Amino acid sequence: MSISTVRNLRRVSQVVFFGVFFWLILKTNFKADFDSTGISDISLPYPVSIALQFDPLVALGTLLANGTLHKGLLWSLVILIPTIFLGRFFCGWVCPLGSLNHWISEIRSERRKYRGKGKIQSNRYKSYQKIKFYLFFFLIAAALAGTLQTGLLDPLPLLARSLGTVVLPTMHSAALGLVGWAKSLGLPYVGGGAQLAYDIIAPYLLNFRLVHFHGILTIGLLFVAILILNRVFTRFWCRGICPLGAMLGLFSRFAILGLQKDESSCDHCNLCLLHCQGGDNPDIGARWRQAECHLCLNCQADCPQGSLKFKFFPQQKVTVKNPASTPAINVTRRKTVASLAAGLALYPLVRSGDAFKANANPKLIRPPGSVAEEAFLARCIRCGQCMRVCPNNALHPTLLESGLEGIWTPILIPAIGYCEPTCTLCGEVCPTGAILELTTAQKVGDEHTPPNRIGTAFMDRGRCLPWAMAKPCIVCEEWCPTSPKAIYLKDETVFDRNGVEVRMKRPYIDPELCTGCGACEFACPVTDKPAIYVTAIGESRAPDRQLLLERNRKQLT
Amino acid sequence: MKRREFIKKTSSAVALVVATGGTAWFFDQRQSSRYIQPGRKTQSFEVAPEPSIPQVALSRDEDSIAALHKALNAVGGTERFIQPGERVTIKPNIGWDRTEAQAANTSPVLVGEMVRLCLAAGAAQVVVTDVSCNDPRRCFQRSGIGEAAKNAGASVLLPSEDDFVTMHLGGKLLTAWPVLSPFVNTDRLINMPIVKQHSLTLCTIAMKNLYGILGGPRHQLHQQIDQSIVDLAAFCRPTLTVVDATRILMRSGPQGGSLDDVNIEHTVICATDQVAADSRACEFLGLSPDRVGHIVLAAKTGLGSMDYRAAGYREIA
Repeated sequence: MSISTVRNLRRVSQVVFFGVFFWLILKTNFKADFDSTGISDISLPYPVSIALQFDPLVALGTLLANGTLHKGLLWSLVILIPTIFLGRFFCGWVCPLGSLNHWISEIRSERRKYRGKGKIQSNRYKSYQKIKFYLFFFLIAAALAGTLQTGLLDPLPLLARSLGTVVLPTMHSAALGLVGWAKSLGLPYVGGGAQLAYDIIAPYLLNFRLVHFHGILTIGLLFVAILILNRVFTRFWCRGICPLGAMLGLFSRFAILGLQKDESSCDHCNLCLLHCQGGDNPDIGARWRQAECHLCLNCQADCPQGSLKFKFFPQQKVTVKNPASTPAINVTRRKTVASLAAGLALYPLVRSGDAFKANANPKLIRPPGSVAEEAFLARCIRCGQCMRVCPNNALHPTLLESGLEGIWTPILIPAIGYCEPTCTLCGEVCPTGAILELTTAQKVGDEHTPPNRIGTAFMDRGRCLPWAMAKPCIVCEEWCPTSPKAIYLKDETVFDRNGVEVRMKRPYIDPELCTGCGACEFACPVTDKPAIYVTAIGESRAPDRQLLLERNRKQLT
Repeated sequence: MKRREFIKKTSSAVALVVATGGTAWFFDQRQSSRYIQPGRKTQSFEVAPEPSIPQVALSRDEDSIAALHKALNAVGGTERFIQPGERVTIKPNIGWDRTEAQAANTSPVLVGEMVRLCLAAGAAQVVVTDVSCNDPRRCFQRSGIGEAAKNAGASVLLPSEDDFVTMHLGGKLLTAWPVLSPFVNTDRLINMPIVKQHSLTLCTIAMKNLYGILGGPRHQLHQQIDQSIVDLAAFCRPTLTVVDATRILMRSGPQGGSLDDVNIEHTVICATDQVAADSRACEFLGLSPDRVGHIVLAAKTGLGSMDYRAAGYREIA
């Protein structure tokens, strides 16, 4: 097989893996199915988070933070073990964010500075490339201490989060806007044609309905910044920041596949540098850096002299002008120790703040089945899969609700969407067990099991129509999904402003029965600041965050 | 400055002034293309009254399909209500993410059979839809209605935002509201409610089921619920009302959740008078129609008869 065929294989592989990743994100979406005969329980037909389970950094991070590998994360060995022999093939052939960076980097620039000689210069190994190793050390030390932050920068969770909460909703919003605009023109066929195109595309690409996520600008800005930086430095993210790339670089120390440079045939045209992805010095005269190479094979395929060859057990004639390649990473011991120490220090730093427990945000309502907060922050990789799959648009990325430590972890915002009692989709898609997969009985409860509670509802009587304004309204009671209902009504006599007696049903909350699902808050007609609202107290996962003394003894009857 | 240059510059400047001013003039105080004029319902879904045929027929049979057939035949059969080539919309209650047994939604068996009967009578298309309270995907799937209706040959519409049209309801209270399009853009409307307890209206049966045609802030309707229901019933005036009283939700309505809340009654009611249908069906909840505010108001408004026996009532075993 010629080298250009192999390079084409790499190109195909990038497209395929990007496509699979994107498809899995699209499929992280519940679609009604009226053909199936089993109608009672709803689950997804595909293991949509499988791509995240192949991520070695997810596995390592959660392993260090929890001392256990969650089910499915063993798949990450499929990436990690070949890396030990081959090097960072994942970065060049598989990683969907890497491919995106690759494609954007390789669009020809209109600025001379980023073309030809300029580009060749910029593709030589630069010292900023070691930042990713220090970042990696920092993140794994923090994970070991107990706070898992790898997901912020780990490319697969990052891309899943960016696509799921930013890119796809924005596309949906844009499509709806375009259709509306086309219709408003009032021209024959234009509006209908736009609607037809939308109806054809929507079932494949768009959600069932437009979703609105909290605080997505921060996620979007990071994602856009990563993409734009490619236009200045080829694959800046992959070379300089990516902690997964750093991890794979470290694991490629004993790789048997390497670049063999033949000095005698080289005429120093430097074409090997023009499309180099890793910034790993493939040119003769510099030391090839194993830990930086993405195995994209561009250098070998572009070499007109055939001086460069990727080989198992490369046998290179080392001279002064053609130094041996190095598997070592360019980090210093002191800085490595400092990075590790900083990572370890992150944990006491964030936990000495008030956000974790001392002044926990009352609106920090975690998805149903979430483990206790300490364990949650040791498991959540902020991939956003739970947010994407939630049929009610109830789950959102946090901003500061759980402190900076928990940024982009999931939070339930009942005013936007409540938790559907029999729905367990978020636990089904969570790749790390931050949200456990519940059975329907564990979720809604039965004679033997109490229901899963995510909080408790409270009334704001100053805003409630029957309480404050003598207007009838029982919507919260109507929507309360428990049976018997946690919200009950009492017939009371009130007086209107003229002193006339009015009989009024007024809602009360029974905390013994309330599961905190938030249906009441969602349905409350006082939409801007609901008169009934849920806070996290009483959530099942936190024994130290209970309201009722008898909670553990009380069974639902 | 040369003369040529002077002429060029000033004429360009004048052209720009004209273009800017002209654009502003053109758009000054124009009605925005985003303004939507509410539509008006022009078509009546009702059939002509026939004094010889009862307005309400009740049938009790453990086989709910047989019960439906008997009650339907007693009010004239599908041929009376559906002419070949007509479009039919069926409005079951698919409000909640509940299973059939929990009795929060209309029986999928009855909905499927109704679809089949409409198609057999020559309906060009049958749409089954509802504006669910919970997520429509879950409601349509877990109620079993999506599957039953699809298998029977209906087109099942899961409502999304652009399926609504703003309509002038012409009510005392309800004026312009978004209505799900198939509930107005059709020839025949069949209302298929289920009988449930409701804390504010005491019962939710046929007329209350029509809440499900609306989008918009319908949670505000509870503030004047009786008038809202009557306005809606007067706007809709369905061709036929088929009440699913096979299971009755006695408590924790309108969602239920526990099988302890459900009574089994094996009954189907077909009616051309929706007020009379509600009057008869509310008795399953132990209610007397004159205690139910919206039934009283509807009768007073002239929408139908609270005294269902006077309207023409038949029971078939």
